[in-house]
Amino acid sequence: MTMTSFGRTREVRGARGAWAPGGKRPTAERLEPEGALKVTDLSVTFRTAARTVEAVRGISFGVEPGRTLVLLGESGSGKSVSARSIMRLYGDAVTVGGQVTFGDVDLLSLPERDMQDVRGRAIALVPQDASGTLDPLRRIGSQIVEVLRRHRIVDSAAAGRERAAELLGQVGLSDPRRAVRAYPHELSGGMRQRALIAIAIACSPRLLIADEPTTALDVTIQAQVLDLFGRLQEELGMGLLFVTHDVGVARQIADRVAVMYAGRLVEDGPGVEVLDRPAHPYTAGLLGAVPTRDTPRGALHAIPGQPPAAGAQTPGACAFAPRCGYALEECGHEQPELVAVGPGHSAACPVMGGRVPVVVGQRPTTDETGQP
Amino acid sequence: MTAPLLLAEHLSKRFDNGVLAVDDVSITVYPGETVGVVGESGCGKSTTGKLILRLLEADTGYVAFDGMNLQTMIGRRLQHLRAQLQLVPQNPQTSLNPRLTITEAVVFNLRTHGWDKKAAARRTAELLDMVGVPRDYSQRFPHELSGGQLQRVAIARALSTNPKLVVCDEAVSALDKSVQAQVLNLLVELQRELGMAYLFISHDLAVVEHLSDRVVVMYLGRVVEESSAAELWRRPAHPYTEALFSSVPGPQGRRVVLRGDLPSPANPPSGCGFRTRCPVAMDRCADARPEPVAVRGESSESSDASDSPDGSDRQGGSHQAACLRVAEGSGADRSPVGTGAP
Repeated sequence: MTMTSFGRTREVRGARGAWAPGGKRPTAERLEPEGALKVTDLSVTFRTAARTVEAVRGISFGVEPGRTLVLLGESGSGKSVSARSIMRLYGDAVTVGGQVTFGDVDLLSLPERDMQDVRGRAIALVPQDASGTLDPLRRIGSQIVEVLRRHRIVDSAAAGRERAAELLGQVGLSDPRRAVRAYPHELSGGMRQRALIAIAIACSPRLLIADEPTTALDVTIQAQVLDLFGRLQEELGMGLLFVTHDVGVARQIADRVAVMYAGRLVEDGPGVEVLDRPAHPYTAGLLGAVPTRDTPRGALHAIPGQPPAAGAQTPGACAFAPRCGYALEECGHEQPELVAVGPGHSAACPVMGGRVPVVVGQRPTTDETGQP
Repeated sequence: MTAPLLLAEHLSKRFDNGVLAVDDVSITVYPGETVGVVGESGCGKSTTGKLILRLLEADTGYVAFDGMNLQTMIGRRLQHLRAQLQLVPQNPQTSLNPRLTITEAVVFNLRTHGWDKKAAARRTAELLDMVGVPRDYSQRFPHELSGGQLQRVAIARALSTNPKLVVCDEAVSALDKSVQAQVLNLLVELQRELGMAYLFISHDLAVVEHLSDRVVVMYLGRVVEESSAAELWRRPAHPYTEALFSSVPGPQGRRVVLRGDLPSPANPPSGCGFRTRCPVAMDRCADARPEPVAVRGESSESSDASDSPDGSDRQGGSHQAACLRVAEGSGADRSPVGTGAP
């Protein structure tokens, strides 16, 4: 792909939105990037008067149209920060480095005004906490119409409400017309989360970024919402960047999985490969920490210690080494890079010539994994 | 046969706002075993825990602990009994006093139960060692510890008075998975060492399955199914249990996805509380509340011995479900929800 330094795709809008009201053809030109998301060497640094926190340090990944990439990690690993910085949701106190392109548009160098056209239109976000995201004083319908009007998908409030009801029906609310008029507190947690998804898909985005969208939900409701993501992706053909800490959720929806630890990618590959044949001891540990039917009681493969706080410094060393049962002497003074361990599958660990087995109950010795 | 340690019978609790949070719930815990209580938010599992501990007063029903009626007990005798009946709450950040060091927090519990200062301090150091909190943390305040370490302190505090039963209310839910595994292993290890029973309340099926000898499944304030853990996972009889299990995210193909939300506990459906979301509901399900009935099946005698790892003679084998279809014998095996186990 050739990258123009400031490539913009300008097209007459209305071409894609089938619901664009007839008669008044909108004329404004829009920035509508299409294609794959490509993140190269992304770093995110928070600066406060007291200290500087490097939350993300040089990670690269991509999301193809119609495919799902899961960013998997524990709290403080930088997974949410990575996903949100793609949309440039952080202000001036935050330095975002590296390159983020969507199609042939360089998102990081886009003027803020153009970025506002991209947000909610080409790229949309589904946040975790519906109660904290929806405006409690405004009806659901009005909050959907806001997005539709901002991106000039509809040109009247009435048409917007009509479209809002359609969207709420599409995300599976049983009485969409009532939901349009409802205030957030009148809906259940699962319904609120669906309303957020309706807002996110209102403009048929090409990429959906979902930040732990089911974590606050009960398991039967989570199953409904995960199903909904799959269905919408099929219908709309959008790429999905899904942030989660839940290995089971990753297993269910991922085409690819990228595992984060302490602000870096430690493993990246096809979902089945990474989750069934992990090549990084942290991934293996995370999988072993979740009880399965075969785990003898009290013999979970717990990773000793705790995840480092966001931005904890480990210059020139593997951040996982202090908790790693395989750590070599060199892990303490050498930052491992991602290297290929299989087709499209890479891991940042020097101890993995072979595969690291997921061990239940006991920690294997390092001689099971030969040197490359 | 061993006498039950905890016998909670027909507990009900209606809150002032009219919500019937717990509706005729009975739970039995035998010495040294782990009983899991599983269900989604609003099912009444935490309220049940509080009723058992008498942190809330039940409207009806009674709780017998170690052969004594806890329900009518007051004053010193209640406090004495509570030493044997301890709680590990969900969120140690809020349950530990922020102005006491972690040592003071554990000592406080011991002093409340009549230990003298010296003995309490000695015991606290011992306990913090036992749960794996490093020595040099002992004079720290809760905000200086991570979630996993705090939960270890909460466990140490609960174990300080040598309880016979520890109620764990979502005790590992707030922890990262890698840390959660450490705490679960610790709970099992401590139980093997000290022999107390756990009432383990959680929404996390995998965790409940891992820890429990027996499991109680709750929905909308009621117990819908109760069984030994292994039997329940092999052969869930109630359609809700089955849907709950199949909702656990993972690779297994098509699943039972329930339609709709949990009904409001303030205004539950008539008859069976689950019928509005049940994929196999019948008209008659609206008429009367289904009573728990024994689930018949091939595995009731032969495989139960292997269900209980201690091989004890407790009544771990009884498998009950509150569903008309189970009562009429068209439950687990022929239910159309079944994922095809022959």
